[in-house]
Amino acid sequence: MQITILKSCQYKNGGPTPMSEAKGKVNFMVERCKGCGFCVEFCPVKVLEFSKDYNIKGYHFPVAAHPEKCIGCNMCGMYCPDFAIWGEKNK
Amino acid sequence: MKADPKGVLTGTHYLDGDHAACEGALAAGCRYIAGYPITPSTEVVERFAGRIPCVGGIFMQMEDEIASSIAIQGAVWAGAKAMTVTSGPGFSLMMEHIGLAIMAEVPCVFINVQRGGPSTGLPTLPAQSDMMQARWGSHGDYEVIALCPNSPQECFDLMITAFNMSERFRTPVMFMMDECVGHMTERVIIPSADKIDIVPRKYTKKSPSEYKAYQPNEVLIPEMAELGKGYNFHITGLTHDEKGYPAMNEDSQKKLVSRLINKIQQYKKEIILIEEDGIKDAEVVVMSYGITSRVAEKAILDARSKGLKVGKARLKTVWPFADEYVLDLSKKVKAIVVPELNAGQIVREVERAVKGNCEVISVPHLGGGVHKPELILEAILKGAKGGKH
Amino acid sequence: MENTKHPLSKYLREDRMPHMWCPGCGIGTAMNAFMHALDKSGMEKNNVAVVSGIGCTGRVAGYLNVDSFHTTHGRAIPFSEGLKAASPDTKVIVFSGDGDLISIGGNHFIHAGRKNMDLTVICVNNLNYAMTGGQVSATTPVRSITATAPHGSFTTPFNLPFLAEASGAVYVARWTVYHVRDLQKAMLEALNKKGFSFVEVISPCPTLYERRNKMGDGLTRMKFYKDNSILKNGADTKETNIEINKPFVVGKFIDIEGKPTYLESMNKYYDETFQCELGYKTYKGTRYSCNISDGGVSEGCMDD
Repeated sequence: MQITILKSCQYKNGGPTPMSEAKGKVNFMVERCKGCGFCVEFCPVKVLEFSKDYNIKGYHFPVAAHPEKCIGCNMCGMYCPDFAIWGEKNK
Repeated sequence: MKADPKGVLTGTHYLDGDHAACEGALAAGCRYIAGYPITPSTEVVERFAGRIPCVGGIFMQMEDEIASSIAIQGAVWAGAKAMTVTSGPGFSLMMEHIGLAIMAEVPCVFINVQRGGPSTGLPTLPAQSDMMQARWGSHGDYEVIALCPNSPQECFDLMITAFNMSERFRTPVMFMMDECVGHMTERVIIPSADKIDIVPRKYTKKSPSEYKAYQPNEVLIPEMAELGKGYNFHITGLTHDEKGYPAMNEDSQKKLVSRLINKIQQYKKEIILIEEDGIKDAEVVVMSYGITSRVAEKAILDARSKGLKVGKARLKTVWPFADEYVLDLSKKVKAIVVPELNAGQIVREVERAVKGNCEVISVPHLGGGVHKPELILEAILKGAKGGKH
Repeated sequence: MENTKHPLSKYLREDRMPHMWCPGCGIGTAMNAFMHALDKSGMEKNNVAVVSGIGCTGRVAGYLNVDSFHTTHGRAIPFSEGLKAASPDTKVIVFSGDGDLISIGGNHFIHAGRKNMDLTVICVNNLNYAMTGGQVSATTPVRSITATAPHGSFTTPFNLPFLAEASGAVYVARWTVYHVRDLQKAMLEALNKKGFSFVEVISPCPTLYERRNKMGDGLTRMKFYKDNSILKNGADTKETNIEINKPFVVGKFIDIEGKPTYLESMNKYYDETFQCELGYKTYKGTRYSCNISDGGVSEGCMDD
């Protein structure tokens, strides 16, 4: 099964967002995602939104709509039942 | 490999079958028993509980037979040789876990000191009515090894064979005693440890990256991996693939179940142990097992004193059944007499195996005591008169 | 394309991902918390064994990349008792569901607690028998609609922290899969605790329990846990009942020291009382009693 690993600065509205401000970044393995919404809901700084696209199983997966806000707390990674997302602090 | 002398009570003893079975297990390297008391098997574990702190091992009294039959499997995966002990009602409870032991290929021994059944039955009196259950008791298709001692000495000797076979074939072995053999006291000679050959567990020498939990070697038997050495193996009772992962489809089922069956079938010659006497020119053969074979001895002697040529074929291995042996025999004799302490269980196998070549005379006895030799003699005489040859 | 690996992938059987749990099911989150706890504990992966029973939570063993066992229904605990007794140095974790551990496995649960077997028991409680389609289990709250109680269940469920305490557990905690940090901490404490340690994890079962009882999906239920869990560390376990659609207590309830485990009691007792010519050598397991394969005498299980 193909696993698509997206770069962490996935953005919604086109145009790059300055990443130098972000304290952390989010990583994805979207083909594992089942669209439960835990990460989107429980991210304390609301980095994530559901994508318009579907993954291979037909689920909407999370995208980092506001990656510059990410603090690398990994709440998303701790909540994810599917090991499809995790955050890390920038060094 | 030779037995560990710590567990071998060398010497000449006066023991009953239950006690001798315990000594056999200790000599074979059994260091873990989980059990639940049930007459007439309890003495096996009582002796073990008494001996084991000195020998070095552990006895755990569990809350029921269901717990006992799976606790021993946990111990086996952790590296021990393990056994549990029960009688009819407990044997019924253990059936699911006998199935697990077969499916996950766990080497261990289950003793059933048979008593009168069904249900609570006759706790203190003998029977041999669980013989079919030993073969077919758990659900699904599988093969099993069942051994049947007929004396306390044999309870010791055959127990070592039971452990050896379980390790060799990675399968649970049913040790089918009966209350009479279990509670009869006779001389038991236990040799020194260096005279006892035991089969140690065969752990894989492959590296964790190459190893697959259920990849059979050339003799259809997969190698076990040691716990905690980086193999990260997964064991499941679900139908599984060679990695040990659940693989629930027709192909995997066929592959796995046929291998489990062939693993035993292929080695029938090694597994089937029969004690013969006077078979060569026999007109009638008495085929028996367990305590009934002792009574049959008298009947055979009586028949021979009357001038009849009577042979003895005592089944030490009841399962897998000696199909080919019986078929061969059926072509040479007039009749095969099968006395047993049940309503006729192994006799069905004999009837099936002879394929009509000779007469098969069942001598049933519903348990609670043993046959009178005259009953078996009568059957022998009947067999000698009739028959097809 | 970056080649990033999940930070806990060493504990995950990645060749078996994605797993079979439903969207919004909390078992994955519970397993995730466990992996975090295991990582934080610093325990050698080789010294850990995970045993599950049958059921949705029972599948956890199949996804964790350690020596793992998927045993029969209700019997993960006695299997673990044998495993632990033969290899006392292995950390044995039982990870299974409410139906498996408490309904069919109830008897084994209380006996293991009584003996204070050194096991870490993690029970994911989704209030029903999920794998088989959502039937009533020993923890289903009264008035729940389930597959075998289509008009509503009327039998009182077990109160798991109370049951665990009564059985003799030395560590009892309950969290939900919403409380990921507390859950990790509780699992870590339970791992490090000697004796029978019990962590109950309340989880949604969106496909069955939540759907039949019109409680929304996994996320809705997570928000319910957030708003309706009453944090009460040290609460009396008599108060930790769960009633349908009502607030419930979470926290760490029991954490006692000084109670000897089964093997400690055995060794201490025999040390004091056992007489034989060889003397009693402290039991350290039977792992190596059959591990010598090329001649020679086995080491048995005496200490060196």
